[in-house]
Order: sequence, then structure tokens, then C-alpha cells
Amino acid sequence: MSKFLTASIGRKFVMSLSGLFLMVFIAVHLGLNLLLIFDNSGELFNQGAHFMATNPLIKVMEPILGLGFVIHIVWSFFLEFVNWKARPVKYAQKNMSGASTWASRNMLVLGALVLVFLIIHMINFFVKMKFTGDPLLTEVTINGTHMHNAYALVSATFINSTVLGILHILGGVLLGIHLSHGFWSSFQTLGLNNKNWLQRWKAIGNIYAVLIAVGYAVIPLYFMLGMYK
Amino acid sequence: MADKILKKLKIKVWRQNNAKSKGKFETYTIENISTGSSFLEMMDILNNQLIEEGIDPIAFDHDCREGICGTCSLYINGRPHGPDTEVTTCQLHMRKFKDGETITIEPWRARAFPVIKDLVVDRTAFEKILQAGGFVSVNTGGVPDANTIPINRDDAEESMDAAACIGCGACVAACKNSSAMLFVSAKVSHLAKLPQGKVEAKSRAKNMVSKMDELGFGGCTNTQACEAECPKSISITNIARLNREYLVARISE
Amino acid sequence: MSILESKIPAGPLAEKWNNHKSAIKVVSPANKRKLEIIVVGTGLGGASAAASLAELGYNVKAFCYQDSPRRAHSIAAQGGINAAKNYQNDNDSVFRLFYDTIKGGDYRAREANVYRLAEVSPNIIDQCVAQGVPFGREYGGLLDNRSFGGVLVSRTFYARGQTGQQLLIGAYQALNRQISKGNVEMFNRHEMLDVVKIDGKARGIIARDMVSGEIKRFGAHAVVVATGGYGNVFFLSTNAMGSNGSAAWQCYKQGALMSNPCFVQIHPTCIPVHGDQQSKLTLMSESLRNDGRVWVPKKKEDAVKLQKGEIRANDIPDEDRDFYLERRYPSYGNLVPRDVASRAAKERCDEGFGVNGEGKAVFLDFKYSIERLGKDVIEARYGNLFQMYEKITDVDPYKEPMMIYPAIHYSMGGTWVDYNLMTTVPGLYSIGEANFSDHGANRLGASALMQGLADGYFILPYTIGDYLADEIMTPKIDVKAPEFDAAERAVSGRIEKLFNIKGSKPVDYFHKKLGQTMWDNVGMARNAEGLKKAITDIKEIRAEFWKDVRIPGELNNLNPELEKAGRVADFLDIGELMARDALDRNESCGGHFREESATEEGEAKRNDEKFTYVSCWEYKGEGEEPTLHKEDLVFENVKLTQRSYK
Repeated sequence: MSKFLTASIGRKFVMSLSGLFLMVFIAVHLGLNLLLIFDNSGELFNQGAHFMATNPLIKVMEPILGLGFVIHIVWSFFLEFVNWKARPVKYAQKNMSGASTWASRNMLVLGALVLVFLIIHMINFFVKMKFTGDPLLTEVTINGTHMHNAYALVSATFINSTVLGILHILGGVLLGIHLSHGFWSSFQTLGLNNKNWLQRWKAIGNIYAVLIAVGYAVIPLYFMLGMYK
Repeated sequence: MADKILKKLKIKVWRQNNAKSKGKFETYTIENISTGSSFLEMMDILNNQLIEEGIDPIAFDHDCREGICGTCSLYINGRPHGPDTEVTTCQLHMRKFKDGETITIEPWRARAFPVIKDLVVDRTAFEKILQAGGFVSVNTGGVPDANTIPINRDDAEESMDAAACIGCGACVAACKNSSAMLFVSAKVSHLAKLPQGKVEAKSRAKNMVSKMDELGFGGCTNTQACEAECPKSISITNIARLNREYLVARISE
Repeated sequence: MSILESKIPAGPLAEKWNNHKSAIKVVSPANKRKLEIIVVGTGLGGASAAASLAELGYNVKAFCYQDSPRRAHSIAAQGGINAAKNYQNDNDSVFRLFYDTIKGGDYRAREANVYRLAEVSPNIIDQCVAQGVPFGREYGGLLDNRSFGGVLVSRTFYARGQTGQQLLIGAYQALNRQISKGNVEMFNRHEMLDVVKIDGKARGIIARDMVSGEIKRFGAHAVVVATGGYGNVFFLSTNAMGSNGSAAWQCYKQGALMSNPCFVQIHPTCIPVHGDQQSKLTLMSESLRNDGRVWVPKKKEDAVKLQKGEIRANDIPDEDRDFYLERRYPSYGNLVPRDVASRAAKERCDEGFGVNGEGKAVFLDFKYSIERLGKDVIEARYGNLFQMYEKITDVDPYKEPMMIYPAIHYSMGGTWVDYNLMTTVPGLYSIGEANFSDHGANRLGASALMQGLADGYFILPYTIGDYLADEIMTPKIDVKAPEFDAAERAVSGRIEKLFNIKGSKPVDYFHKKLGQTMWDNVGMARNAEGLKKAITDIKEIRAEFWKDVRIPGELNNLNPELEKAGRVADFLDIGELMARDALDRNESCGGHFREESATEEGEAKRNDEKFTYVSCWEYKGEGEEPTLHKEDLVFENVKLTQRSYK
């Protein structure tokens, strides 16, 4: 089994598994955040956020999630380097557009852009909620439970900063493009594919990617366009 | 439909005298090429022209010239086997090009396929991979009657789909990672789909993948460029099968 | 004639091979390990032989000029492989396959060899299936068969239209296995340039490393030549660009006799030559004639308009089409054997009825079968071939008829071998297309693959033991022996001579000129005058070649022009011998058609009284006329009849 992880297929297996794990998180995270636009009192979202912050299972999962991110990111740079080395002399002229999708050829670029977004995103929300706090994060009481008013932080951020709003829309779209390849690709790498399932995985992957991109883009738009009023 | 004449073409081609020397591009002009000529016939004409001008002709690999031996290579205008689908370079015809065009020809580029001369590359790496396990261990003689083991027709067809690989290396050339996964998976699938090959499926997958990794090919990132540029349209679902076979083989260790 | 001892075993035909196997000597496993065998060529014959010999325990060195054994031209065979399995219950048998092959070869092959071929044919299929060759199957999971030209049963096994590829990959896999075990040392990109004899026995070869240019010596206790045919003497053929007759020709020069060199097969359904830039002809499978109708216009003015491109095939109404095969051969129609179909096409084109710009093509029309069966059926049967045709010609054969013309395809002639497949040089063997033994004057479809694998898997591994059993005391061959020195000097000398001509014309110039002479005079129809002219012309081309050929590049580097030059130098000699042989054989048989020996209707006429022999040419030195020996063919089991397809 140790040989497995050093083999090219094993390395890809790590990317695939970590990717699938992150995809689950992305879906859950989106589901929670969509609460932002279904209740303009913010109560639903705050409750959701509180649940996530206090649930023991989620607490356990949090560092694992972090590890998932780190593995997926570090590993991708390493693999890209290995793959880059496999062609020491590059082609002078390349015409790859007919043979493969742009997303599939640029997963690292897309991933890196998503990473940049992720850092901005975390600085603005995660870090504030978890560590530094923020004037907007006043305590609220819902159904007798004290919790942060995360809704206030998120909604104010998007209402006050068009730049951050647009960055989040962009982040959602980039993530969607990344997933348009990443989704079916992870099943392919796990060997869970054949001539019937290839098109199915791709279709499901595209639906998933669009839902993620639209879902994440809708949240900042909702606030930026004043739809919460 | 009827053949036309391409009055003038510029051929920008990689010249490299041997494995150790540093190569560079040279551009030659060639005139009056019939659109009905094959790409390699154009190369023959260019070479004879170069010989008469006292220039060393361009070395390129070719043999059967009917798209089955897998000898011809050439990365033409940014694509392995040039601007047509489901063909090898020897089946590519000049009607795919425009008069006055500059055609760029490069060798397959991969660490595992070093240049021997000009456009000729060394594909011994493929040989080594197959020698590592791309066979069924039976000796001549002493085998049962051919009809002893019935084989599901769909399985036989799927095996044949994979066995159609001609070992040209276009998959490696097309892949942004210079990965040989399509090639390896084609052999693994060809044999894994048949009861005769199933017996050694585990060790075959392990040994061939280890050899592939050792020889400096990149990893697969599922871009599908290999399938799109494969002259025989070998499917990437074979790669999924290889992943599966490999996983099972390693897990059971 | 003492030189021609065919070693055909006595006894009834069906028992000869078994009796022979029991009688010949066997080498013990311990001794096999001490013996070395060189196999040159890695097509079906070479790869299967190298693998099988290595499995037996011999030390094998295998050579091919390609970058991989898998590229040998056996790979291009499309249709299938015959075997007397009788899986279809249509009363096939070893005898029937034997009889069809002998008759198809127009009674110019050895009975004993052909019978043995038919006898081992079922084993080949078993072996290939065990190796993982994905043959076509029925829904029940058992093997499927096709019918092929010239026979009445279904005995052809196939793997789509790529049977040759799949069989070669099977043999290549077996070879790879032996390479990985260290039993075979494989030399890719090496070209054999001479056989080395010590005390009259073949003891090794001289080969050029085509990448470094180095001339190397290799010693062995026996040498097997499996280098295919010499069809490229015609420049344009269906052979691979690198296919050549040089290895076989060096054997000839070292004393192996060359038999029936004039017997070459011309395949009727190839894509026609276009213009003067062509380098290679592409075969379209014979199976197309099952559903295509061959025709040319009835009226010459229509043909002229077609040639000028003023009208297209579909502009000619049915009543103005001349379905000449159906007209001349009502019972076989479009399914006459290859040689007959080829000659008939040439006859029409020579009369001015050719349908392409060059006037050298006939139509193969699927319109009628598409009307009858529907496009889907035709697509299912020939989809790949139609796609290939369209890629090459840019014409859609579903809408317009294909254009086809005959082209050189296979060499029935080759190095003379005895029943053990040994040439007249002790220790030198020749197998597959390189030898002459099994196809007579015409080869049946799907039989080339059968012969290559029969020789390599099941015949040579037995028969070579008979010779090697007496060699067990011979130590490892010393490549420093003076004979190797001399051979290497000769090879280097010849290469340097060629290289230093530094004339003005590329090799292709001479090859094309030779090809044209051969096609015009030693092609589909031959006569004494033309053959004599060919001999004179070739002498002139040869003289010009050795004076004016230009080989650029370096000796110590990859140099395709140098490789070609060496091969063309030999083709010039082979071409001359073919013309001589054709001149000697003043009869028409199989692929060899002498205009002097025809019936009143222009059909081929054999002359069994005078020509029931194998011609065997002996080399007498540079510039000397070769000597003709004759091996009389004895037919004890079949009755010689004139073939008729009317």
C-alpha cells in the first residue's frame, strides 16, 4: 500500500479523494449560506452558523477540512511540477483547444485563483468570526440562545463593499469552472467510470458546477442589488 | 474534390542532428504540392529537393503509410498527427492545408521520448512498459482448443477497442503532462477484458504502472486530449479501468 | 540435382509431418541453453519464431529495422487468417484447406509443405486465443468465421479489419515476455547487411545500428531470416516503405537459392495512383468485392470525359456501364481470384476505358448493394474501409463509386527451403513470406498470416532442432573470426562506396525508374520481348545508380537515405532476377501471366508438361549470370486441372 501513494495513479487518487471531500464541504457550505437569502431577519442564518460553530462533529471535522484543503493544494502544486518536468522541451506551437477543455488544462490556475479568493474570503469572514471578532458581530439571542450576529457581518460586507461582492461572485464562478472538470475527473481517477457513466458523470458534474457557481454568486448579488429590503 | 495544387508552402521544421546536439527550427519553401498528396509524400518531395540542394534531408519515422504500424509521428501545427481527426500523419492529406500557409512540424516532446534526429524520437519507453507485463504468460503449444472458453461478445469487442492501439505515442504527445496512461491502459484493458488475460491482471497493472512511472512520463489529469488525438480513438474509460485494476491490485497487497 | 534435397518425408501425405517429427533429432534442455539463434525480422514469422525458440530454452537474438517489433508489416493485413477448424460444420477439413491452397496456387507449390501448413492451422487459432487475441465472436461467445475468395467454406478467423495487427500483437507480446525474461535480446533499429558463413555454415550476421551507424557483428549457431517479401522492387506497392528484399538477397549471395522470384501477387483492389507524387499504395480489403460491382464505361467517349473530369461516375446510366467481370466470368462475377480480377482491370484500362485522370482506375460501385441492403448494412460491414477511403481520396464512397486499381501486394517467390525450412546454406533458415514454399504461383486471401505463424510457432521450433542437435559441441561463435572480419570489411566497403559516389540524384529517382520498368515489363502481363528489355533497362539503371546516386548526411548517424540506397541497390539485382525467372517460365500460372501462353479468350494457360517445377536460382558472382536449378513438383494427391472461373 505504501507503493500506492508514490505511484502516479496513487498520487492522483489523493487529489481525487481530497477533491471529493472538499466538494461535499462546498455543497454543505453553500446550503448553509443560502439561508442568508431566505430569511432577511437573519435568524435562520445565524442559527445555522451557530449550529456549525458549536456542533461537536463539525468541530472535529474542521481541522480535517483544513487538512483536506492543504493536501489538495500542496499536492496539486507538487503534481503539476512533476508533470511539468515530464516535458523538458516545450512545443513551439500548440493547438489544444479542440482536444480538451480549457478548464481541464488549467486546473492549477483555476485552483490557484480559487485559493486567492479563499484567502480573501477567510480574512473577511472566517478569521473575524473565529478569532479577531468584528464590531458587526454583536451578540444576538434567538430562541434563548446567545450567538454572533453573523448575518450582520455578511450582509454589511456585501452591501458596503462592491469590490468584495464582485470578488465573491468571481470566486463562485471560478470554483464552478474548476468543478466542471474536477467532479467527473475524480470519479474517473477512482476508476468509477465506464463508457456509459462517462457522459453521466459529466452531466452530473456540470449541473453541480453550475449550481455551485450560481448559488455562490447569488448571495452577494442578493445584497448588492438590495433584494433583502 | 478534384485535386488542386498548393503553389507555395513554408515548412518550419525542427532540425536536430543527434540526441546530444541542440536543435533549432529551419524554414524551407516547397512549391506545387497536390492536395491529393499525403503529408508524408510532401515530406518526401521536400527531402528530395533538399538533397538536390545539398542539404541533409529531414529525418522522420514512417513505415506502412496506411495508418496501422504506428511508426509515423510528427506534431503538426500544434497537434499530434496534424489537423485531422482519427488519422495518423501518413493518412493526413494536403487538402487540409491552405496555399501559402506556414506548417510547423515538431517531434513528439516528452522526457521519455528523447529526440534521436530531427523529428525521429526514441519510443523505447513504450517497449519497456510492455515488456514489464503487457502479455499473457503462455508458451507455444499445450493450450486448450480455442472454443473451450466462450467469451461474451461485448467483452471481446471492448477488448478489441483497446487492442486497436498502434503504439504511436500521440497520446503522450497530446497530453499536457506527457502521460502514457492511455497507452498503458489500452494494453491493460485489452487483456483484462478477456478471461485469458484476467489471470495476471493484478501483477500486470502493477508492473506496467511502475515501469511507466520509472521512465519519466507525467501523470494523468483527465484532460481527454489523448483520446481526442488518438488516431484509433482509444477511450479514456480504459484509464478508469486501469485506475480500478491498479487500486484493487495495490489494496490487496 | 544434389543441391536441392527437399527432405520431404516418405509415406502418405497425412502422415508425413508426424513421421518426420518423430524421426528428427531433439536438443536437450541443457544443451539448448548453450545454443544461440539469430532471428532477423519480427513480423508474424520472426516474432513467433523468436518467442517460441526462446521458450524452448535457446538464446535468441532478434533484429528489426523498425523502432519496435510491433511495426513489422504483418500488422497491415486486414482480412483474416484461415484455419481448418470446421467450427462452422460446413465440412471443412485439413485436406480441403490443403486442396484449396494448392489449387489457388495454381499447382506450383509443394504438396507436403502445404499439407503441413493446413495441418497445423488449427493450433494457430488455439495459440492466438490463449495469448489474448480478440477474435470476432458470435453472441454465444464462440469464435466467428468469414468466407474469403476462392473457397467454398467459412474458415477465416478475424479481428475486425485488423487481423494482422492483432495476431502480430499476440506474437509481439510473447516476444516481449521472452525479452523481459532475458531469453531474447532484442535489437531494434538494426538492419542486417550480411550473413556470415564459417566452414560453409551460417554462423552469424553483420548488422548496422541505424542510429549510431555502427557496423556490428553477431554470432549464432543458426540464423533465421524472416524478412518478408520484395514487392517494393516495384517502388509503388502495398508493402511498407521500409519493406525490403536485402536480407534475403544477402542469403542468396551467400549461396542460398532464390526460388520462383517472378511470382508476385497483384492485388486488384487498391486505391489508384494519383499524379506523380505518390510513394505508396493503399490496399482496400478484398472483402469489398462481396458487395461492390466493378465497372468501366461501355463507351470510350464517356471514359475520355471521366478522364478529363468533365463528367462523374453517377452521370453514366446503367445501360452504358460495362460490368466486365460479370460479363467475362458469369459464374464467379466480381469474386474471381485476385490475379484474374487484376488482369481484367488492366485489360480495360489498356483499351482506354480507365476512369481517373491517369486512365488507370476502374469503379467499384456500392450503389447497387446500398439499394438492395440499405446504407446501414453496408456501413456495418465496411464502415472503417469507407472512412479510410474518404480520408485518402476525399470522395464519399456511399455516394460515388470507389476507384480502384491493381497493385503489387505479396511475394510468393522467395528463398528456397527444404521441408525443414532450411536454405541450401546449412544453418540458415527462411520462414514466412521470405521463403517460397507454400503459396505456389498465387496466394489465397487470409493464408499469409497462417503461413507466418505456422512456420514460427509450430514448424521451425521443431525442425531447427534437427540441425542444432549436431551443433551442441560447437562453442559460442567467436565474432573475431577472420570470416567476420572479411564480412564486416565487405559491408563497410559497400556502404562507403555508396556514400562516396556523391552523385546528383536522390535514391528515389532510381527506385522510381526501376519500379516503372518492372511495372511495365514484369508486371501483370509479361512477354519475352518486354522481359529482355527489362533486363537491359535494369542494367542501365544500375550503372547510372552506382555512378550518380547522392547520399547526403553522415555515415555515423541516423541516415534514411543511406538505408534506402542499400536496399535499392539490392532491388536492382532482385528485379533483374525476377525478369530472368519470368523469361524462363514461358507459361501463365497464378500471378505470372505470359502473353505467349494464353487461351484464345485471353485467359491464363498453364503448361504442366514443361513447367511443373520450382525454379531455383544460384548466385554465381557479381555480374555473372545465375544458374537455374529445378525442383520438380510431384503431385500424388491432387489432379492438376486448368482453373476456370467462367
